[in-house]
Amino acid sequence: MSEAGTLDPARDTASDTRTTSARRRFAVSGSTFLLGLILPVSTALAYEAAFRLGLVQARLLPPPSKILVTLWDLARSGELATHVGATTLRVLLGFGLGSLAGMLLGALTGSSPTARRLLDPTLQALRAIPSLAWVPLFILWLGIFENSKIALIATGVFFPVYLGVMAAIANVDRKIVEVGRAFRLSRSAMARRVLLPAILPDFVVALRSGLGLGFMFVVAAEIMGASEGLGYLLVDGQQLGKPDQILAAIIAFAILGKFGDWLLVAGSKPFLSWQDSHSRIS
Amino acid sequence: MLILDKLSKTYPNGMHALSDVSLDVATGEIVALIGGSGCGKTTLLRLVSGLEAPTSGTVSVDGEKISAPHPAVGIVFQEPRLLPWLTVAQNIGFGLDHLPKSERDARVDEALLRVGLSGYGPRWPRELSGGQAQRAAIVRALVARPKALLLDEPFSALDALTRASLQDHLLGLWDAHRPTLVLVTHDVEEAVALADRVIVLQPKPGRIFAEIRVDLPRPRDRLSHDFAEAEREVLAALDGSLTPQQPAKTGKAQAAGWW
Repeated sequence: MSEAGTLDPARDTASDTRTTSARRRFAVSGSTFLLGLILPVSTALAYEAAFRLGLVQARLLPPPSKILVTLWDLARSGELATHVGATTLRVLLGFGLGSLAGMLLGALTGSSPTARRLLDPTLQALRAIPSLAWVPLFILWLGIFENSKIALIATGVFFPVYLGVMAAIANVDRKIVEVGRAFRLSRSAMARRVLLPAILPDFVVALRSGLGLGFMFVVAAEIMGASEGLGYLLVDGQQLGKPDQILAAIIAFAILGKFGDWLLVAGSKPFLSWQDSHSRIS
Repeated sequence: MLILDKLSKTYPNGMHALSDVSLDVATGEIVALIGGSGCGKTTLLRLVSGLEAPTSGTVSVDGEKISAPHPAVGIVFQEPRLLPWLTVAQNIGFGLDHLPKSERDARVDEALLRVGLSGYGPRWPRELSGGQAQRAAIVRALVARPKALLLDEPFSALDALTRASLQDHLLGLWDAHRPTLVLVTHDVEEAVALADRVIVLQPKPGRIFAEIRVDLPRPRDRLSHDFAEAEREVLAALDGSLTPQQPAKTGKAQAAGWW
């Protein structure tokens, strides 16, 4: 807040400072976006230049221009949309199921010590199993098509969300909860008006790490056998010796993953503007 | 009005925090509880608020037994404890969810005005100074119009100037509806500046050591002779409470001309 805002607390001044700071924040986020692009773009340009000057053999690592052409061809033929669509759908379903289960069980073990003592040891033991170890079992139980893939993704998403929600609820400041008690909030009002807003920042982080694992496991699932999806493009590129297609798929993954993460961050931002953290300015 | 009957509290870890505390507070009276650390001041307040249950004994307000937080009893904690995700106005109206919006807004606006925070309603708590936040916390408890307001060392984290100004604010707020105030403090000046009666507690286990009436008229002049006299008396009792010896005594700090 500006000095003027502090000295003259009139309503209009406050909203005025807020609009200016919002505008400034927008400008800042634009320039940070560009700042983030410097490293990848300059690396790509340098490699492209090296290739053009004949300094590198590009048989195994094609130059950016070739990757972009491949990406463009895939997009024009509609193939890219099919693969991206298939991968996105799998991640969405797996992420939805996994995060929902993680949320419910995390809320249960986070708020009830009895439930925590009863369930948490088992869940932690299951968490210690590398999720990929479930693959043979999932294929045996659910078949080789979509269900086993979604189950694998959901398993991967479940644990970070579960752990994050449980820890967030268990760590809510006792002093804040006491304020709710002093005002005689019912259990549901306490959850809605105190616990939920208090855990929201940690919950968003848990969802983000869950989504990250979701993308990790969709690749694993698609590499193990799929006829469409970005993971299939990877395997196909390897088998046909097309490194440009592999890199095109990897870039698509990067964009898709970053976009999903951005959606979570941007979607939660309006609810988190109250936060008093050192990163608030940037 | 507020009656504590032989309150005792022993914590599960065996700590004997309070022993047989009985106290009768009249409507509109301001009582200060003072004592060295570990004398159970805060425990006593938590029992009265219903946030904790006594091991034995009862608390009642207007004949009604308090066993859980009660609408007739409000509490202000040592820290403001504003909810960081609510604006200042939403924080103040936190306990008014049962009222229609117009009534709620009216009470919040009046409260903001009364504590000099008008215009701060749409701000976040993080934008307030310590003194402003504690003022907001006090009116958050008061807008629900409790019959008794408990304050747990509400000004201890503030500097001396802010503290004195907040004490005046508190008296101004108290004057509007005259609720019963029970204030825990470790500051002798604060106790004498605010209270009609100062209760000195003795530690290990916490119990009442002495009771001192402060009959000075309000507003009280902190620099006057009588004020200093009352402070001295409370200090003497505090000293006595910390040296384990003679039983409780009752004193009287009288206004000029009474002797």
